[in-house]
Amino acid sequence: MIRLLGKMGKKGAWLFALLVLLAAIQAFSDLMLPDLMGRIISIIQSAPFYESSIGNLATDVFYTGLIMLAFAIVSAAANIGVCYLASNLTMRIVSKARKEVFDKITSFSMTELDQFSTSSLVTRTTNDFSQIQTSFNQAFRFLIYAPLLAICAILMIIRKNLTLTAVTAVAIIILLAFVLLIFFIAVPKFNSIQKKTDRVNTVSRENLTGIRVVRALNAEQLEEDKFEVINTDLTKTQRFVNRSTGLIMPFMNLIMGFLSVAIVWVGSYLIQGDTLELPEMTAFTQYATQVLVGFLVVAILFVIMPRAIVCAKRINEILKTNNSIIEGKNDNLDGLEVGTVEFKDVSFTYPGAEKPVLDHVSFKAKKGETVAFIGATGSGKTTLINLIPRFYDVTSGEVLVDGRNVKDYRFYDLFDRLGYVPQKGVLFSGSLRFNVCYGKPDASDEEFKEALDIAQASEFVAKLPNQENYQISQGGKNVSGGQRQRLQIARAIVKKPEIYIFDDSFSALDYKTDKVLRAELKNKIKGATLILVAQRIGTILDADQIIVLDEGKVVGHGTHKELMKTCAVYQDIAYSQLSKEELANA
Amino acid sequence: MPKMKKNANALFTLLAYLKKYRIRLIIGILLALFGVLFTIFGPYIVKMIIEAITIAVEQSEATGLPVSIDFGRITYLGVIGVITYLLAFLGNYGCAIMMSGVTADASKSLRSDMSKKMNRLPLSYFDARQIGDVLSIITNDVDTIGQTLNQSLTTLMSSVLTLLGVAIMMLILDWRLALIAIAFVPVSLFILLRIVKKSQAHFVKQQLDLGEMNGHAEEVYSAVNVIRVYKGDIHAKAKFDSINDNLKNDGYKSLFYSGLSFPITTMMGNLSFAIICIVGGILAVRDITMIGTIVACVTYSKQFTMPLSQIATISTNLQTASAASSRVFSFLSEQEQSDESHLVDEIEHVDGNVSFSHVKFGYNQDKIIIHDFNLETKAGQKVAIVGPTGAGKTTMVNLLMRFYDTNDGYIAIEGKKTKEVKRANVRKNFAMVLQDTWLFEGTILENLKFGRQDATLEEIKEACKLTHCDTFIEQLPNQYNFHLSEDSALSAGQKQLLTIARAMIQRAPMLILDEATSSVDTRTELLIQEAMDNLTHGHTSFVIAHRLSTIKNSDLIIVMKDGDVIETGNHDELMKKKGFYADLYNSQFASKGENG
Repeated sequence: MIRLLGKMGKKGAWLFALLVLLAAIQAFSDLMLPDLMGRIISIIQSAPFYESSIGNLATDVFYTGLIMLAFAIVSAAANIGVCYLASNLTMRIVSKARKEVFDKITSFSMTELDQFSTSSLVTRTTNDFSQIQTSFNQAFRFLIYAPLLAICAILMIIRKNLTLTAVTAVAIIILLAFVLLIFFIAVPKFNSIQKKTDRVNTVSRENLTGIRVVRALNAEQLEEDKFEVINTDLTKTQRFVNRSTGLIMPFMNLIMGFLSVAIVWVGSYLIQGDTLELPEMTAFTQYATQVLVGFLVVAILFVIMPRAIVCAKRINEILKTNNSIIEGKNDNLDGLEVGTVEFKDVSFTYPGAEKPVLDHVSFKAKKGETVAFIGATGSGKTTLINLIPRFYDVTSGEVLVDGRNVKDYRFYDLFDRLGYVPQKGVLFSGSLRFNVCYGKPDASDEEFKEALDIAQASEFVAKLPNQENYQISQGGKNVSGGQRQRLQIARAIVKKPEIYIFDDSFSALDYKTDKVLRAELKNKIKGATLILVAQRIGTILDADQIIVLDEGKVVGHGTHKELMKTCAVYQDIAYSQLSKEELANA
Repeated sequence: MPKMKKNANALFTLLAYLKKYRIRLIIGILLALFGVLFTIFGPYIVKMIIEAITIAVEQSEATGLPVSIDFGRITYLGVIGVITYLLAFLGNYGCAIMMSGVTADASKSLRSDMSKKMNRLPLSYFDARQIGDVLSIITNDVDTIGQTLNQSLTTLMSSVLTLLGVAIMMLILDWRLALIAIAFVPVSLFILLRIVKKSQAHFVKQQLDLGEMNGHAEEVYSAVNVIRVYKGDIHAKAKFDSINDNLKNDGYKSLFYSGLSFPITTMMGNLSFAIICIVGGILAVRDITMIGTIVACVTYSKQFTMPLSQIATISTNLQTASAASSRVFSFLSEQEQSDESHLVDEIEHVDGNVSFSHVKFGYNQDKIIIHDFNLETKAGQKVAIVGPTGAGKTTMVNLLMRFYDTNDGYIAIEGKKTKEVKRANVRKNFAMVLQDTWLFEGTILENLKFGRQDATLEEIKEACKLTHCDTFIEQLPNQYNFHLSEDSALSAGQKQLLTIARAMIQRAPMLILDEATSSVDTRTELLIQEAMDNLTHGHTSFVIAHRLSTIKNSDLIIVMKDGDVIETGNHDELMKKKGFYADLYNSQFASKGENG
């Protein structure tokens, strides 16, 4: 929380000082009101003795009243000022910190991203800040004013009468004990409500995602029964929490009522004993309420704060995460090779894991070559590819692009050389052209059209409404899987990189399109190096080098023909997909 | 204006929904009335005590004797005061309990209704929507309604009653002071409602910004890699900054305006406090009213401001709640699948003869994708459905399972039209394995029994053996009682095998399979193939085919393209035709030379 406070900046600090001042003015004015009322009452009391000068007394009452009015207005003005400054400061902090979080996350590599789920990162950018926003705003508005008011009010009442102060103190203690009690009973239940709501969510999500299966198996009743169990459970907890929080207001009123009765009751004895004056007592009832309210506000803030503190911690967790991938410093691009990728004895182990995912892998792709990787899931293909754009850094060995270690490049110099097409279709909300030209926003019409042509996307793009201005929805959900892959490939082509990296990027294409697309790539983009991962043997048949991976080790390296003779793992894969006769035809 | 009306309507629907709790609601209102009555009576007692003291003080000043207070009366009043506040507490809390009970039960009932509704809606409803949206109605919207009702029902009742009661009480005490306090009500309410309206507008804007922020963050965070490699981080950051700035602006206005209601009500309270003191003071000096009355009036005038600001807050909450309830009730009133309670016919003794007769279908009435499809399958045949992605292969499954009804023509099983029996009866005859390996959270056993609850453990183990599930299940802790959850360590292939076992346990006479296994390694793929072969053995099966071996061995191949069936026949017939199928088939063996 304190760390976040630091984000208000220098101007914010001045505003904060102003806020403290205004809060003090507000507290002072609020305290003057009962005092002034006490004065009016003493004037009234003295009335019987000055029968003759009633007019003067009325004027006195009137002027004291006017001062009261003035204080009321000053208090309101100060309060509005506090309110303004609080919202200003809050948003200042929230917006600054949120930007830092976003910038930090976009600088993360896979190593850091793996520690958080996407949904948790999103929550930290939005919901957590909403929570903090509410809490900070309340804290700014009340956390200075309320204690100030309570303390000053205590000082006032102590001066007035010790016995009545003691009575008030008892009320405060009871109230605070009560708030704490509710806090300890209700807060854990709040968490369990959250968990149970999550359960409701899970079960409904399950029913929705599996709606075909549920219906196919005639299991609707089964799902409804399951839902009913957790629904009842959630309702029970909700009812309990509602009941305990519902207690707060009536109880507060009860204590306030008791306190006012107690003060006049005890007060009557004090007046009898001549240690208290009547006007003091009436003013006291007002002050006592203020003290009570002051403490209550502080108590309630302390009940609210833990939630915000949790959120602040989650945010700090992100800001404190160290980037494991550090940008290289060598920005001299002279004398580099062109279009080569080389792995020198590369091993990679995921952080915290024991077994390496890649075990002493070496190969070199020369300019214009196609190098394909194949192997079972978990054999390390995708991991291998991820080392080239430094999504991860090697555990040992070296990855060289154009003859230089990837760790030495400036990020953009490295990325400029690479055209990466990921496994799952990643498109962004925006026009189709925006997506295709994502890596090169100033691409010409020709470049754009050519990329679509090569990626076999021109035909379907022409059929879309608005064609190149077709609005892609978030995640590219309004185009099919195959279309998404083709647009991604076009996006890589527009960049005109030296080296293309395809991570199983043809899987959603039918055989025919797959074939034509790769042929076009070879034809039109002469000299580009292709690194590709595939599941389908048909995709890699004609690669210059095929590298067969098994549990992170290279178990075969050669062309299709060579591997069919020498590599058992490769044969297994081949035969599982195509018949002998079909392979022979190929 | 029409929006306001719609929102108001939604609130009325919500009220109508609460009708079944009317007895508890009435008890609640009575309790609230009871509570308010005593809450208002409290300060009056305090006033009487102060008056008793005042009289004594004034007497002593008049006579010069020491103050002599009537403590018998004070004790009597004090006890009454304590009892009064206790009764007020009981009334208020009783009301809160009633209302929170009603709220919890109403939320529960809404959720139950929605869960049931989910299973009665046609699939076309879900095609047009994202799961997240529907989920958000079930959880967030119902939650909003619940919270608002819980807070508002009680407070609204006691606020209105308190306002009335306090007004009456003050009128009894001193009509002049009462009128001052009452005069502040319309003024305060007017200002408050304006502020609320303004803050609401900014709040809505802020929520929209937040939604946008959510979308952008989700998009960026799930693609950080791609964004960095394509240097998209510049653009992503710029977009973030602009959303963040809007959010800062709208957030700050929303906070400020919603925060204003507190100082405004306090100021109104203080103003009426001051004016009552002035007027009351002058009246008292002239001996028209008494100190106790002024103190009581001041206390009452403070009680006036509290309910006012509460009413203002509630009116905001009600707006949010009415938006939520309009979503909830529009979900609940969605058109359901056609009623089938009157259907008594059953399909019996299914061997696997299915016929499509002049089937015409489109997901939209105005976009027919299957025009006139005819097909006869005989018991035990294997039917392959092939075609490029997006060709509409799942449409066939949807029609067979009666997830959708045909627009014209019919599908018949054993000569009985599927439209003339209950859906459950049609579905009972099919076991289905889809590419989407849906399993629910629960034990493996529960999942396997999902399609047939009375399956014995022997049957299940037998099926697991045939589908190669037994090996990995037996390696799991607790084996068949292993609890599956979202992050349980089963691979995609193992999940696929479980769904095949589940289908086998179902013992349906016909099968629907989608054999895509792209995310599975080769060894598991072999296992899956075997499992599927074991499953289809001797059954009529409809297969969305991806493997050439399956396609070639099929008795019948349905070739689809762009949603339409374009060719049917067996492999040899189709190859002879030299049409789309032949082209598709040949393309994977095209020689290198042909392409370059």
